[in-house]
Amino acid sequence: MEQKKRRSLHIPGGTSILASLISIGVGLIVGLILLYALNAKAAGGAFISLITTGFRSSDKFAKVLYQAAPLIMTGLSVGFAFKTGLFNIGATGQYTVGAAFALIGAIQFQLPWYVCLLLSMIGGAIWGIFPGLFKALFNVNEVITSIMFNWIAMFAVNLTINNLPMMLAKYWGGAQMDRTANLAQANPGALIPRMGLDTLMKSNYMNISIFIAILFAILAWVILSKATFGYELKACGYNRNASIYAGITAKRNIVLSMVFAGAFAGVGGGLYFLAGTGQYTLLKQLLTAGFNGIPVALLATSNPIGTIFSAFFVSYIQVGGDAMQPDFVKEIIDIIISVIIYLAAFALLTRELLARGKQRREDEAEEAAAAEAKAALTADADADVVEVAADAATQEKDEVSKS
Amino acid sequence: MNEYVIEMLNITKEFPGIRANDDITLRLRRGEIHALLGENGAGKSTLMSVLFGLYQPEKGVIKKDGEIVRIKNPNDANMLNIGMVHQHFKLVEVFTVLENIILGVEPNKMGFLQKKEARKKVLELSERYVLKIDPDALVEDISVGMQQRVEILKMLYRDNDILIFDEPTAVLTPQEIEELMHIMRSFAAEGKSILFITHKLNEIMAVADRCTVLRKGKCIGTVDVKDTDKAKLSRMMVGRDVEFIVSKDDAKPGETVLDVSHLTVPSKSHKNNAVKDVSFHVRAGEIVCLAGIEGNGQTECVYALTGLERPSAGTVKIKGEPIVLIGRKRNKQNAAELAKVKTILMPIRQRSKLGMSHIPEDRQKFGLVLDYTLEENLVLQRYWEPAFQKNGFIRKPSVRQYAEKLIKQYDIRSGQGPITTARSMSGGNQQKAIVARELDKNPELLIAVQPTRGLDVGAIEYIHKQLVAARDNGKAVFLVSLELDEVMNVSDRILVMYEGEIVGEFDPKATTVEELGLFMAGAKKQAVEGMVH
Repeated sequence: MEQKKRRSLHIPGGTSILASLISIGVGLIVGLILLYALNAKAAGGAFISLITTGFRSSDKFAKVLYQAAPLIMTGLSVGFAFKTGLFNIGATGQYTVGAAFALIGAIQFQLPWYVCLLLSMIGGAIWGIFPGLFKALFNVNEVITSIMFNWIAMFAVNLTINNLPMMLAKYWGGAQMDRTANLAQANPGALIPRMGLDTLMKSNYMNISIFIAILFAILAWVILSKATFGYELKACGYNRNASIYAGITAKRNIVLSMVFAGAFAGVGGGLYFLAGTGQYTLLKQLLTAGFNGIPVALLATSNPIGTIFSAFFVSYIQVGGDAMQPDFVKEIIDIIISVIIYLAAFALLTRELLARGKQRREDEAEEAAAAEAKAALTADADADVVEVAADAATQEKDEVSKS
Repeated sequence: MNEYVIEMLNITKEFPGIRANDDITLRLRRGEIHALLGENGAGKSTLMSVLFGLYQPEKGVIKKDGEIVRIKNPNDANMLNIGMVHQHFKLVEVFTVLENIILGVEPNKMGFLQKKEARKKVLELSERYVLKIDPDALVEDISVGMQQRVEILKMLYRDNDILIFDEPTAVLTPQEIEELMHIMRSFAAEGKSILFITHKLNEIMAVADRCTVLRKGKCIGTVDVKDTDKAKLSRMMVGRDVEFIVSKDDAKPGETVLDVSHLTVPSKSHKNNAVKDVSFHVRAGEIVCLAGIEGNGQTECVYALTGLERPSAGTVKIKGEPIVLIGRKRNKQNAAELAKVKTILMPIRQRSKLGMSHIPEDRQKFGLVLDYTLEENLVLQRYWEPAFQKNGFIRKPSVRQYAEKLIKQYDIRSGQGPITTARSMSGGNQQKAIVARELDKNPELLIAVQPTRGLDVGAIEYIHKQLVAARDNGKAVFLVSLELDEVMNVSDRILVMYEGEIVGEFDPKATTVEELGLFMAGAKKQAVEGMVH
């Protein structure tokens, strides 16, 4: 089943885009129905703000872009690993370590932003190595390892920051005990440059992080579709036996794929916290951004370029959701957003349905097997996204309070 | 009562870029064995998929007992008592034989499985038709032959009386094929009707009553088997005369290319060694064939040579260059000596660079990345060469050019040419793609494992010619085959493997199929190279 799932994750072509759009449409309709069910009077207006707020003003649009950047990175992380047949549920841990490396570089060592971003990449890559190594050397399922490493990352980072007094806001005259220093105070040079975009769009959130993220997406696309390295990675993901037969060192590729995935997620953490608008909070909770990378990658059907758009969509819907207050309470909004993202991530299933016609040419052996696998796949995808949705709902608040 | 149980009238089925079935009519009589013959990609499987409800035809009707029926899915087919044994079995590997047989039609009382009842019925059927199975064995543990019996029992359990066999003999040993033929005859005698897809002419002559021939999606005709012969059938199928005997000159062997000594490979399925202290060599300009019944260590031997598996002892050299060198520990003194010798286990890529090509036994597991396009698969062994990459980037235009050259040269047929997904190609054309890739590498040593498995006579003829041409070009060819015809026809020297040992070496001109069979079955043994130590 594992193999079947991998296969269904990468069927190229126009059906992918169509499937993603259909899924988004279905998600929005169900969201609208939910709104009516909860508060019929305010539903129409709320829905309009949900789907228009992001474009309504330049500062809201800036917020969309600001949130989309780290999502692109975690989406790339998950999608890249998918292409090699690995499920990187550890994007959160890699994101956290990346964030910590960036912040320590910025505050403790007073380094400039680009060095900090490089550090975040290294931090994430290091955190990606472990699940990769365990998988390659001992065939330990990467899902288990990376979930463990999510928690290890979180506690290790909290412990480290707690023991570096200079890191904390209090050291710099801030009031809060539980979060890192405000970068504007501690080291303005570590802030990601705004290049006048903030005044142009009248928003503190705006900086060049979205462009950096897009560059990384293009990089990932080039690696996967143009480079021999990507050819090897995908061969490993599609059919490990055949790649071994062709003399490709599958083990090395598994590790490298996780290193790349980790590096992408790490940069995501760097981009988010080096913006200066969010401070890392020492809570015993995993950061959501990493998990949100999963629906982003699914919605984009693991295509790096598609990831840019799907991250934008998820971010857009989050910003729009905030605008539904006070007609709807924050928790309800979280649920609705989760439902929309959840259904949107069904792109995979929708695409399988659309691809049916195409698939007919496959021999009937595959046909029947695929039907079996699809049932399992749906169940599987459900389980994953439910977890993500639940996380998103419970932790959305904290993320917001941090920023 | 209508003479025909099933009539498929004027069936047309199109796929993008190809008309797989073009106005095909096939009538199946009650109690007959009806063979469906055609080259790879002639449309046999498509036609059967239409009958089984997997595809809907654009034109044409299907009649059951003279009445028009619509078969929208396999469940409809099952309702009409149509059953099918697919070429690639549809079994749940981690379920037992019994569970697989009842899957989908489980007898139950208020949702509780009634296994006892099912077991009784299955055992009855198994006894009645002499289909030996172990109902409690896991499917992943049983032989391919038994898996097929499970598939047959699945049809019988569902009371199917129209049985479709899709290339059932491709995976069987000669003995198992004999058994299957016998079973099919007994079904027909009982009044069941059998559609038998194949491209092995011997089997048609042996078992079928009538035969319908397809070529490139068109129906060429239906003939009574007793009024025809192999040559006529193959002419109908291929559209030209086919040579069954490969014409070749005597081998002119040169220097030794592959030198194997004391090779021992542990088995994955049991504690004994799969390959036991085997020694042989293959010289340039000869075809050496490793014959034997499936599962006697040939697979493991090839895996060890090609680097897919680690042998536990032995030396393998290609043109004098050791690719495997592992000493065996016999005693303390020997162990100390061994410690001084460095173990060599050359990576697969290195072996390939040394000039080893490998046509693997399992084309879907090893030979192809099914989700890659044809062109991507054609460079699977060479994408890293400067011709196909520059600074780590694939040179797509040269890959395309190369793929188009191979497609033309080797007549690989597919829906969309180089960009066809390998998965959507027919088995025979998948195999052609692998053969093209491995031969075009211009190897010093070609290891070909069942290179013609599942191919039609035209393609077999072609591949055999290619093997002989490679030999005449001074290449060393190591052929592993289960087909005795192929063994006798193509090889210059025959090694017979039985239970992991080479039990005999023969000159094909000086031996007979019968004699080989005795050695393959372990009834006879001769002293050969590998054993005198």
